[in-house]
Amino acid sequence: MPKTAGPYKQPIGGQTMFNLTTNSLYRAGASALTLWLAACGAQATIIEVREGERIQDAVNQAAPGDEILVYPGLYSETVYVDKDDITLRGVVEGGNWPHLDGNKQLNDAILYSGNGFSVEWFKITHYKGNAIMGQAGNNFSIRNNWVINSGVYGIFPEFGENGLIENNILSGIEDAAIYVGMSDYIDVRNNQVFDSVAGIEIENSRHVLVEGNLAKNNTGGILVFITPGLPIKSSYDAIIRRNFVLDNNTPNFGIPGSLVSQIPAGSGIIVMSGDEVIIEDNVITGNNNAGIIVTSQDFVTEIATDTGSDPNPDAVQIRDNVMFNNGASPEGEMKLLMLTKFSTTGPDILAYQGATAAERGSCISRRNAYRAHGVDDWADCDSPTIRATDAIAGREPSDSTRAMATKMLPEPAAPRVINDDASGAEIVYQGICAGCHAYNVRLIGPPTLAIQAQYGEDAGSIAAYIANPEKKRPDFPTMPPQDHLSEPMRQLVGEYMLALTN
Amino acid sequence: MMLSPLSPRCRRAERPSSSIVARMMRTPIKQAKAAVYRLLTLLLVTSLLVPAAAKGESPAPLEFRLTDTCPASFELQDGGCVLRNRYKAYRSLRDAGVGGLKTGLPLLREGFTPQQIDLGRYLFFDPVLSADGSVSCASCHDPAKGFADGRAQAVGISGQTLPRSAPSLWNIGFFSTLLWDGSKSSLEEQMQGPLYSPVEMGNNPAQLLEVLNGNPTYRTLFEQALGSSPIALDQIYTAITAFESSLISLNSRYDLYAHGYHAALNEEEIAGLNVFRSFVARCAECHTPPLFSNQQLAVLGVADAPGELIDLGAEAITGDASQRGAFRVPSLRNITRTAPYMHRGQKATLEHAARFYTGGRGHEVPEGESLMIHWHIWEPQLTDREIQLLATFMGALTDEAFMPEIPTAVPSGLPVTQARKFASGNDVGFGAQ
Repeated sequence: MPKTAGPYKQPIGGQTMFNLTTNSLYRAGASALTLWLAACGAQATIIEVREGERIQDAVNQAAPGDEILVYPGLYSETVYVDKDDITLRGVVEGGNWPHLDGNKQLNDAILYSGNGFSVEWFKITHYKGNAIMGQAGNNFSIRNNWVINSGVYGIFPEFGENGLIENNILSGIEDAAIYVGMSDYIDVRNNQVFDSVAGIEIENSRHVLVEGNLAKNNTGGILVFITPGLPIKSSYDAIIRRNFVLDNNTPNFGIPGSLVSQIPAGSGIIVMSGDEVIIEDNVITGNNNAGIIVTSQDFVTEIATDTGSDPNPDAVQIRDNVMFNNGASPEGEMKLLMLTKFSTTGPDILAYQGATAAERGSCISRRNAYRAHGVDDWADCDSPTIRATDAIAGREPSDSTRAMATKMLPEPAAPRVINDDASGAEIVYQGICAGCHAYNVRLIGPPTLAIQAQYGEDAGSIAAYIANPEKKRPDFPTMPPQDHLSEPMRQLVGEYMLALTN
Repeated sequence: MMLSPLSPRCRRAERPSSSIVARMMRTPIKQAKAAVYRLLTLLLVTSLLVPAAAKGESPAPLEFRLTDTCPASFELQDGGCVLRNRYKAYRSLRDAGVGGLKTGLPLLREGFTPQQIDLGRYLFFDPVLSADGSVSCASCHDPAKGFADGRAQAVGISGQTLPRSAPSLWNIGFFSTLLWDGSKSSLEEQMQGPLYSPVEMGNNPAQLLEVLNGNPTYRTLFEQALGSSPIALDQIYTAITAFESSLISLNSRYDLYAHGYHAALNEEEIAGLNVFRSFVARCAECHTPPLFSNQQLAVLGVADAPGELIDLGAEAITGDASQRGAFRVPSLRNITRTAPYMHRGQKATLEHAARFYTGGRGHEVPEGESLMIHWHIWEPQLTDREIQLLATFMGALTDEAFMPEIPTAVPSGLPVTQARKFASGNDVGFGAQ
């Protein structure tokens, strides 16, 4: 078998493949699809990677739209993806997964910055940093991955817009198993997070749906935070819905100094400073400190003040949630707080510090159903009852979020491209060429006028020359090659330069 | 855009003053001792310039012309210079100007006219802005030293050692958090600190106005660039802001990589980038692309001297004890040009600076001090090779292609100053150990 993935490139339609969620389905249909798409002239290719080969080699040779299939076996590498529209798809065969293992030596398993990145069906273990980390990649999809004892965060998209985190199983993470940080329009659905310090953390992010997840046996189950000191300072419009938040009583093993190392064990859901958070239709049981805590930034200490960051939670709605058996053994501060309320057990719901005042605009449904504290000044949320017939007929009360299916964008976030057209050529010329070439004056390179005199209307020759310049004029330095520009762009820039009149 | 032969794009031609005094000053003074130098320049300012103006002599013939062309990578649009750069094709989340490789920049202070920028350039290099005509902005922000001064701590007008290191000015027009303690949000506000600090440039508003208004060349140039006379303080601040905001460094090899040309970085540099942005080293969490700063305050816990905390950082401004030792995250662009590093130059090299982050949380915090160390400071256990890779990667952030032309003469006739050499240099921080 050849070492490189090259010979295994085969054309497929990348977009079509996104709809196939199971590998067996893919494999059965692959050859038929290949034929069909080849006939349709599709551009994308599949690149196959097998044990003994490097996934990164496949990424390096991939073009936008390509899909990289990784077969079962052990892989030990950091995979980074700085291209758009790349899919990394694991092939699971008979229960055998493609397994990325960091031996507690490698930093992160998968880093991506490109837009339209998808990663699914990987088993990831023993990395020092994160399992899957995004930095400003939009329109991402992270699905069906299995992350064990790996990293500070399991899945961490940062600075991302429009993304899906679905059907992942994560455990043994030292900070948040799933951490949505400084991101917008994200769905976190149907994941299972356990035995970690924090199950799911939504931090300084907006327009987030956290739905249908199972968060159990963590130190804290689900968190919505505004953390001070970050460059994007708000967290609002989060829906926490239909999750199971169970028995999050694992002693805190967070990294000293990390924010989550201050979370008391036994905390189901914590809203710290987050605004417009709706907590609805969750099952929250067996969390020994408290079911739901709504609080201000006073909740954490040992962090520098950030005057640009609003410390108080506003417009929190605690709607219908099933809660019982929370607060069996409150921790530290909570224990003292409950003693002042003549109770030795923790509450289902506690609002405190900056969260209690009426002007915060928060509300609660069925307040008498819970052992709740600090919500006396909160308004009543409507608590509509859904009948089976309503559900079947699709009738939803208008003030419930139940009808809202997603927080993702109806259209993908815009691509980040410099078009191969006149406007792109202007950006390139002014941004790069004009550093050395002025119109009628000698700078580092000869004046544009002189170049126009030499080339006339032959932009093609400029395009060819700048890709691989040689020393032409004894009194000027050799021009650095501009082969980083695509061939059409070099042509366009040549045309732009020849057309300049001042 | 029409170009005057006297004012070419970028390389602005200088027409140095032909006055005898100016010609006499240039060569001998450069070699003179600092004291003599300051004495003579003081004499020049007080006995020549001011009296000449006071006597109402006719203005000298115009020998300085302001360019009508924008600096490299800026384009004239509706009379103002607007940056043309590939990052402008990208957005950033909530327009915060932070993110990953293809991420838009924060808002730039742009739209200044070519004349304002050029006038700012003369002011920036002109020691007439200081009390005794001995130091200019460029004395601490020397283009040859990454617009810093190569010292651990900057040196003031009378040779005093200042408490902090001079920060680089590359890309400073993108910043809205200025100074090490983050206490200023605009360049106009910020520059009044050094101008009027008795230990920095030692000037005061009255003297500054008097001297500039007493200089016919400056009066003419200000009128051309800013359209009214006499010269007002705001006009001075505007012109210097215009020049400083034109210092653009966004075409490094890293940037080519970011825009999609992956061959621009070699394997070591890419490996360094991956350490840099990893969640083990976590550099990119605060030194966030594209500026390589998130403009936030952070408490690192770097000692000012072994076992000592001298500089209280933001706490000295706000009185908030949680901000004790908090400093602004600096940009890393052209960082190889500005050693030594940190707010007091405590780290001699990039390796020393990088190694601090793997030394353990609070390992330099003096006994008895309680600092709210930033949560990203942890124990990443970086290997020696990773430290080295980080330094290698930071070297790929160098780009000085749009270096402005340093004037050979300035309207005051004083010698153009750059970073000064003092025998008692404190060029190496204790971190070199």
